[in-house]
Amino acid sequence: MEQKRTKEEYKKWSQQQAPRTPKARNLIMAFFVGGIICTIGQLILRALLNTGMPKDDASSLTTLFMIFIGAFLTGLNVYDDIGRVGGAGAAIPVTGFANSIVSPAMEYKKEGYVMGVGARMFLIAGPVLVYGIISSIVVGIIYYLVTR
Amino acid sequence: MGTRLGKQTIRLDSKPVIQSWASIVGAKEGHGPLGRYFDEIIEDEYFGEKSFERAESKFLRETLAKTLMKGGVSAGDIQYIFAGDLLNQCVAANFGLRESEIPFFGLYGACSTMAESLTLGSLMVEGGFAERCVCITSSHFCSAEKQFRFPLEFGNQRPPTAQWTVTGSGGVMVGKAGDGPRVVHVTTGKIVDMGITDSNDMGSAMAPAACDTITAHFRETNLPLNHYELIVTGDLGIHGKNLCLKLLEENGITIGDFYDDCGVMIYDQKKQKTDCGGSGCACSAVVLAGYILEKLSKRELNRVLFVATGALHSPITVQQGESIPAIAHAVGIEMV
Repeated sequence: MEQKRTKEEYKKWSQQQAPRTPKARNLIMAFFVGGIICTIGQLILRALLNTGMPKDDASSLTTLFMIFIGAFLTGLNVYDDIGRVGGAGAAIPVTGFANSIVSPAMEYKKEGYVMGVGARMFLIAGPVLVYGIISSIVVGIIYYLVTR
Repeated sequence: MGTRLGKQTIRLDSKPVIQSWASIVGAKEGHGPLGRYFDEIIEDEYFGEKSFERAESKFLRETLAKTLMKGGVSAGDIQYIFAGDLLNQCVAANFGLRESEIPFFGLYGACSTMAESLTLGSLMVEGGFAERCVCITSSHFCSAEKQFRFPLEFGNQRPPTAQWTVTGSGGVMVGKAGDGPRVVHVTTGKIVDMGITDSNDMGSAMAPAACDTITAHFRETNLPLNHYELIVTGDLGIHGKNLCLKLLEENGITIGDFYDDCGVMIYDQKKQKTDCGGSGCACSAVVLAGYILEKLSKRELNRVLFVATGALHSPITVQQGESIPAIAHAVGIEMV
């Protein structure tokens, strides 16, 4: 076709007319959904501290509770709806991390427990783990050098 | 024997007849604006099977059975079947039709497959090599998400240019005689790549291909623009439809009053939260086999240009940063 535009011009032209991401609404929803998830975590932490549990144990147990809630809601087909509304507010807390591992595990169960669930479970979480661990090592080295 | 009108277009002088058609869709499509036109609506996304891939094969198999039944013929009366889908190695068609005992051509034209199969089936009949051919495609939201995007239960946000893969299957039977809608022209598309790399924006990638094929169709057939009562593209969605109309206008083709897009027609975008609309092989197939052919056979429409559009990428090429090539094939269907 005799194109009236170069590829770059076409890309720009089509993007100008594309429907926009509702940024304000997404930001507000992320704030509230993320806030609600963190408030629930805080309530669990307070309840555990009230039983006289040491702070380190209580915060570890809170994380476990939150992971369970994320995984459970994924299994109930609810977390994807929370994620659709809450965006980053639902993805960043540890519940979102649980969702990113449980959802491929559910999806690939048909391909078997080894090549399906086992191999695909970290499809989404894998990069987060790899770069999370690398950056923690880098930060650890810097911390060691600075405080030595 | 057909007359070549130009580089891309053939006029079919015997005007092969679309003798029967059938469509089976999933729940979301069935509850959409075109719901009442489909033959069957399946509420269970597994269709009683144990995986989405098997469910998609069943959609295709059942649609074939329905197409044959409505045409009053058996599998033995069909000389060729042209079928395709979106899954790797076209497994929905391969597995769905493995017991059919009909000579089989597996096609991959992404979401343009319905027009591709209808083109080839009609040419086979026009050439005298077949009394009857079946042209059929399928897609399934769940199997397509799994292959092209994220697991279903993963809580991500869909960008506003995203489209929703249609669950279902549509099929037509083309033959020599009868009084149904007839295939009069076929215009085969060229691959067009305008450098779009975002796989969540298929409308932008495919609009230039649709424009290219529609322009070629009118140039080579010399038909007046108002020859068709409906020109319908496959799955450009709201965004792509808008782009396609503007691109066509730049080529001097103003068809705004009688142009629509199957992806826009099949869902109620606001109520059903499908963003830019429907996509997938079944999108154009079920709108053709459900709505368009029904309207033609009742003579509520007399001449339709059916232009199915496809994005010819894979998840691997997208990850490697390649742009998305696109294609569109046009089939002129008329009541004579």
